Amino acid sequence: MPLLAVTNLTTAFATSRGEITAIEDVCFSLDEGEILGIVGESGSGKSVTALTIMGLLPQPPARVAAGEVRFAGEVLTKLSDARMQRVRGPGIAMVFQEPMTSLNPVFTIGEQVIETIRAHERLSQRALYARALEMLEKVGIPSADRRMADYPHQLSGGQRQRVMLAIALTCRPRLLIADEPTTALDVTIQAQILDLMMDLRDEFGMAIIIITHNMGVVAETADRVLVMYAGRIVEEAPVARLFDHPLHPYTRGLLQCVPSLDQDHERLVAIQGTLPDPARRPAGCRYSPRCRYAVPACTATIPPLATFDPGHTAACIRVPELT
Amino acid sequence: MTPLIEAFGLTKHFSVRSGGVLHRHTIPLRAVDDVALRIESGETLGLVGESGCGKSTLGRLLIRLIPPTAGNVIFDGTDITRLNPGELREKRQSMQIIFQDPYGALNPRMSVEDIIMEPLLIHGARRNADSRRQVTAMLDLVGLPARVRDRFPHEFSGGQRQRIGIARALVLRPRFVVCDEPVSALDVSVQAQIVNLLQDLQGELGLTYLFIAHDLGVVKHISSRVAVMYLGKIVEFADKRTLYANPLHPYTQALIAAVPAAHPARRSRGRRERLADDIPSALHPPSGCRFHTRCPHAMPICREQEPRVTETVPGHTVACHLVG
Repeated sequence: MPLLAVTNLTTAFATSRGEITAIEDVCFSLDEGEILGIVGESGSGKSVTALTIMGLLPQPPARVAAGEVRFAGEVLTKLSDARMQRVRGPGIAMVFQEPMTSLNPVFTIGEQVIETIRAHERLSQRALYARALEMLEKVGIPSADRRMADYPHQLSGGQRQRVMLAIALTCRPRLLIADEPTTALDVTIQAQILDLMMDLRDEFGMAIIIITHNMGVVAETADRVLVMYAGRIVEEAPVARLFDHPLHPYTRGLLQCVPSLDQDHERLVAIQGTLPDPARRPAGCRYSPRCRYAVPACTATIPPLATFDPGHTAACIRVPELT
Repeated sequence: MTPLIEAFGLTKHFSVRSGGVLHRHTIPLRAVDDVALRIESGETLGLVGESGCGKSTLGRLLIRLIPPTAGNVIFDGTDITRLNPGELREKRQSMQIIFQDPYGALNPRMSVEDIIMEPLLIHGARRNADSRRQVTAMLDLVGLPARVRDRFPHEFSGGQRQRIGIARALVLRPRFVVCDEPVSALDVSVQAQIVNLLQDLQGELGLTYLFIAHDLGVVKHISSRVAVMYLGKIVEFADKRTLYANPLHPYTQALIAAVPAAHPARRSRGRRERLADDIPSALHPPSGCRFHTRCPHAMPICREQEPRVTETVPGHTVACHLVG
């Protein structure tokens, strides 16, 4: 049984322009200890997928319109808030892009780590302090005993993200969801944090979902990859397979349009057009208006995900002709 | 080649208030410290470094959007640090800037036409048929249809807004454009469009660019030469092939090593040296070589003495005690 199974998940938001589906028919699963990368641009639905799994979307305006999230055998999308609260932490924990807004500015780092442990475990004050210190050392905060008394603003962006990881990992979660964990960081700090996440996975054995717009971050970390576009999964594959044999024209476009250090390009292969407005998505395949391989049939119906190799699926009717 | 821009001893200190109510004093933040730089006419000079290294401040100094604390900038033979406001305004037509955030850089209450025409009006043109024709020509140049002229910034996507920002920067027909992280706020699939557009415009209009970015891949693609900045200093400078193939400064080496792999078979974890810690505060830069606190090869001399800039081969300069 997989640790996490998401089936046909559809999340909608009530807006002034009517109900808009942020994600549609999202299906995937994740095993213990596995790292899944979810790649997408703005409006792809990658963050909404994560927040729906965590039960962190305010309802209303959000609503799980269809499908379910099953974690360790339990259907999370049916749980009460109180029961869901017990899953967050020891079951699933999450870190966000901007650690400054996730940490409370008026409490010290130590207080915030201790508070998280206290919410889930009954320990003496001394034991709480020791556990918090241990976690901060584990995530590589230098002179952690002195840093315990610091406030978030006294830390650099990289250190704040380390503290967020310490807080997320205090309850030894079985699944960590990291939503653009390194997007706000410089490249040298990003490398440190990605290394750290991989080390922590090796030590604690938790599964990780890493959400990013950066194919490089996926290449560095993921075992398997989902590519999302305009609210739907367009491709899923093991990571090496995705980079070697991308099937969906969008995935190929994403891999080509980023200049790499290994190659010289006279000109970048750009993807034309812009991302669709969620309220006015194109008919049929949502990528079709930007796709250089689009044919009239592409706009007729939304192409379903089809399996082309074991573990490799893509939602494009032209794959058999184009590959 | 002839330099379009030359800077000597360029320095910018910002005063930062420090201390409590009773011991209030100001200390200098050395954003840019004694920088020398030459930009050839028609080239793209890439400027890379981590946030807070002073690269945006340096870009603003080169077009005198802000006055330097010390040093000179020679633009096409004229020292622009010594111009009076009238002379500066005239020179400014030749020097423009494209900003990172296409959401914040455009006035939400102005129509596209007004946004693009404003620089013309500031420089003495009238709101007449000729100015409108120039707006149409600019829209065409950046790949937007003429009918968008009456619309407002919020009606556009990030990439389209950046096109409007580019049209505004180019309407005065500048020779030198500072591109300050022009694609980093954009979605990945849109970045390549804007990079290609900037390259096309450079060819068509004979522009010279300073391209500031933290993305080493984009900088490598668009630049002819690259300068690497760390805590207010340029630590290495070379043509791009040399810099990426043979980086000499340990900081440049670390920056390149930190770029995520282009393929999962080439993962860097455990195979590449990682920089420890974060970039130190520019308020209290380390003594000697400013990089010594993070440098894997630091020696005693690095703590005490600032390294001189050495030219290892013509055109490749580096400031490091390990070299020269």
